[in-house]
Amino acid sequence: MSIAARLEGDHAVAPVAGVPVGPAVLRAEGISKRYGTVTVLSDVTLDILPGEIHAIIGENGAGKSTFMRLLSGYVEPTEGTLSMAGGRVHFTKPDQAQAAGIALVHQEILLAEALTVTDNLFLGRELTRGGIVDDVRMRRVAAAKLAELGCEVSPTALVGAISLADRQLVQIARALLDEHKVVIFDEPTAVLTGEEVERLLAVIFELKARGIAVLYISHRLDEVQRLADKVTVLRDGKMVGTYPGHMLTQTEMARVMVGRELAALYPQRQAVRTDQPMLSVRNAVVPGFAQDVSFTVHKGEILGFAGMIGAGRTELFEGILGLRPGTAVIELNGSPIQIHSQREAVDAGIGYLTEDRKGKGLLLQERLGPNLTLSALASFHPGIILRRAREAEALTQAVADYDIRLKSLGVKAGQLSGGNQQKLLLAKVLLTNPSVVIIDEPTRGIDIANKAQIYSFIQDLVGQGKACIVISSEMQELIGICDRVLVMREGVISGEVWGETMTESNIALLATSERAHVAQGGTQ
Amino acid sequence: MTALTQSAPARNDRQFQFSWTDAGPFLALAVLLVVGFAVNPDFLSTTNLGNVITRSAYVAIIAVGATFVISSGGLDLSVGSMVAFIAGITIMFMNMMVPGLGLWAIPVGMAIALLAGLLCGLANGLIVTVGRIEPFIATLGTMGIFRALITYMTDGGTIPIDRSLREAYRPVYFGTLGGIPVPILISAVVALLGAFVLYKTKYGRKCAAVGANEDVARYSGISVIKTRTVAYVIQGACVAIAAVCYVPRLGAATPTTGQLWELQVITAVVIGGTALRGGKGRIWGTIAGAVILELIANLMVLSDFVSEYLVAAVQGVIIIIAMLVQRFSR
Repeated sequence: MSIAARLEGDHAVAPVAGVPVGPAVLRAEGISKRYGTVTVLSDVTLDILPGEIHAIIGENGAGKSTFMRLLSGYVEPTEGTLSMAGGRVHFTKPDQAQAAGIALVHQEILLAEALTVTDNLFLGRELTRGGIVDDVRMRRVAAAKLAELGCEVSPTALVGAISLADRQLVQIARALLDEHKVVIFDEPTAVLTGEEVERLLAVIFELKARGIAVLYISHRLDEVQRLADKVTVLRDGKMVGTYPGHMLTQTEMARVMVGRELAALYPQRQAVRTDQPMLSVRNAVVPGFAQDVSFTVHKGEILGFAGMIGAGRTELFEGILGLRPGTAVIELNGSPIQIHSQREAVDAGIGYLTEDRKGKGLLLQERLGPNLTLSALASFHPGIILRRAREAEALTQAVADYDIRLKSLGVKAGQLSGGNQQKLLLAKVLLTNPSVVIIDEPTRGIDIANKAQIYSFIQDLVGQGKACIVISSEMQELIGICDRVLVMREGVISGEVWGETMTESNIALLATSERAHVAQGGTQ
Repeated sequence: MTALTQSAPARNDRQFQFSWTDAGPFLALAVLLVVGFAVNPDFLSTTNLGNVITRSAYVAIIAVGATFVISSGGLDLSVGSMVAFIAGITIMFMNMMVPGLGLWAIPVGMAIALLAGLLCGLANGLIVTVGRIEPFIATLGTMGIFRALITYMTDGGTIPIDRSLREAYRPVYFGTLGGIPVPILISAVVALLGAFVLYKTKYGRKCAAVGANEDVARYSGISVIKTRTVAYVIQGACVAIAAVCYVPRLGAATPTTGQLWELQVITAVVIGGTALRGGKGRIWGTIAGAVILELIANLMVLSDFVSEYLVAAVQGVIIIIAMLVQRFSR
């Protein structure tokens, strides 16, 4: 009997939880959390052992973050108890959990940008000497901690001036500053690149070797598989079970998380690619980010842009689309066009979904209708007066077409889950009826079920004769949906792969090494 | 957890949601009227209320413009000095034109006032958007400039309006139409226009989007520069209208005309429920806010509990309470 088959039975592999292997450093028993009538977590029981890496996985909204916040004192349980080293503990504030030896590395970056790296590391617990802040010692400790994480930023650099990945590492260093018994990582690798992820995983193994218990939440199942001694799956706030890490494949994890047969993540490929050029960009230059980039995307084609964070992919397209200074020779459907602003790009028929859907894509405090029509104001509301009835109709249509799940049509965009926000953003851009759709990080931070839907929407787009460009840091995703992938490194295109050469190792090589000797191209 | 109602009929919850921020100014207005009546029954007399609302008309008219500026994410500190500056220009031109045009000097002068207002607003707008200077600093600068210009124009004294125009111009402030004072009618028209533009037009939508999140607006193909500049131009037009109505009341422009009005205007906008950080504008709330400010002053004069010298203090308390309500009612 395969593991998958057993998992689908009555969780025959499950009974790891509760088996006394050693004294648990942290034990959660029957933990529930309710907000009003809504139960976000019910009856979770978990033993966390020293020197063990315990992954918590589940779809968005499964209750993972709530559980972590509960363990680290940000949220109090409605029912159930926490105990440490045998004694019952009750945290009402994060400080108390910290004092008890539980550290949480937040998913969001919570650092003061105007302060230096050292200041941020020691914020609220500055080292002092005779009542005076001891900058020299703090800088020394900071440098040592950062070096441990392989982070090369200067301790005196301003956080506002360092990259997102470095900020994440600073945040991790902050959590690891004191000795802790339990360290909780909430999606720590969301903004890290391959190499940085490796360093972080090494740090986590190091923590494990020192006997520290690690709780690890991630959407990246490959990391979970490599790291986890145990995997606990949450679904809709309930515990599905705890499984030994090495016994689950990624597909099995995904299946247990979703709780139903997950149709193949990537849609069935249809050969809709034509040889008719749709958008052709020549000699695109975006000062500081991209030099002399040229490419063509064809009608019915999904063209991928791979590369490390900082390779200049997003900036390249922002430059092309008039969102930042840049120059390029652009041809759309064979005729040359000029784009000086996003407005002109939209009018020409090029739609762009930003990677930063919360900061640049949607008005989170605004209702869905105004968000939906914001890019299409000119064509959707001819004249100067708003057509509210038409807008409501379009929203109902979009909600049905893109399977946007919501409590009511009156909610604000910020109240939707990440996946549903992404679908709304897609609907918003497609309302302008673009012939070329550029999607930057189409599935960042959204769960598997929504990912699969987004992929099928992208497939539908090219089926309708549009051309699609997908920028992504997830190589699997690009390989799964693209006809062809261009790889960028340090602002230039370092290679192109398609067909059988479109593999993770080839893309990774092109994205990272100075002179990659990769067999490029392939047969269709 | 998100419940699934994907094909449910369009149910718009907005109408059923009660928001203290939105209802607050009107409730406060009602409470003030009741308290006022309890303190002094004359308070609710038509004459008294008419006087109060007439006096609040200037701040209300300017505050309609300020609602646009603030909801688009800007701020305009120069409105008080701009009133004085435009009043000065208007009177100077009218006086100059009297010999040639006679009473026609009044409408032509009004048109010049409007033009001046549009230009002043445009200047503010361009400094903020094209010059990329913080609205607070940019309009602090123009506030000083306008104030200095009117002081210079009046040579530290006053510019009185020509005697021959006084009688003809009087009705703009003192006249009534169908029993309603003209300034009230004018502010009602301005508010109606403002509400129409802010709630019913594409420009209003852009204005709120730019104020809520500049990046989202930009990435949606909305010109942030154009949208914000137009908000300042609307503000300039409103200031000009207020100045034109104000001239017959005083009959002159002086270096102290409109002093500290910017604070009253911002207070009216904020207690009206418009978010100071932008993204949400409430025209009718703004009007209620302007009336509330004037009612409080009136109430303090009519009652003997608190000295009227403390009017500004009470208004200060009101703005803080309004901000607290906004803060805790989200």
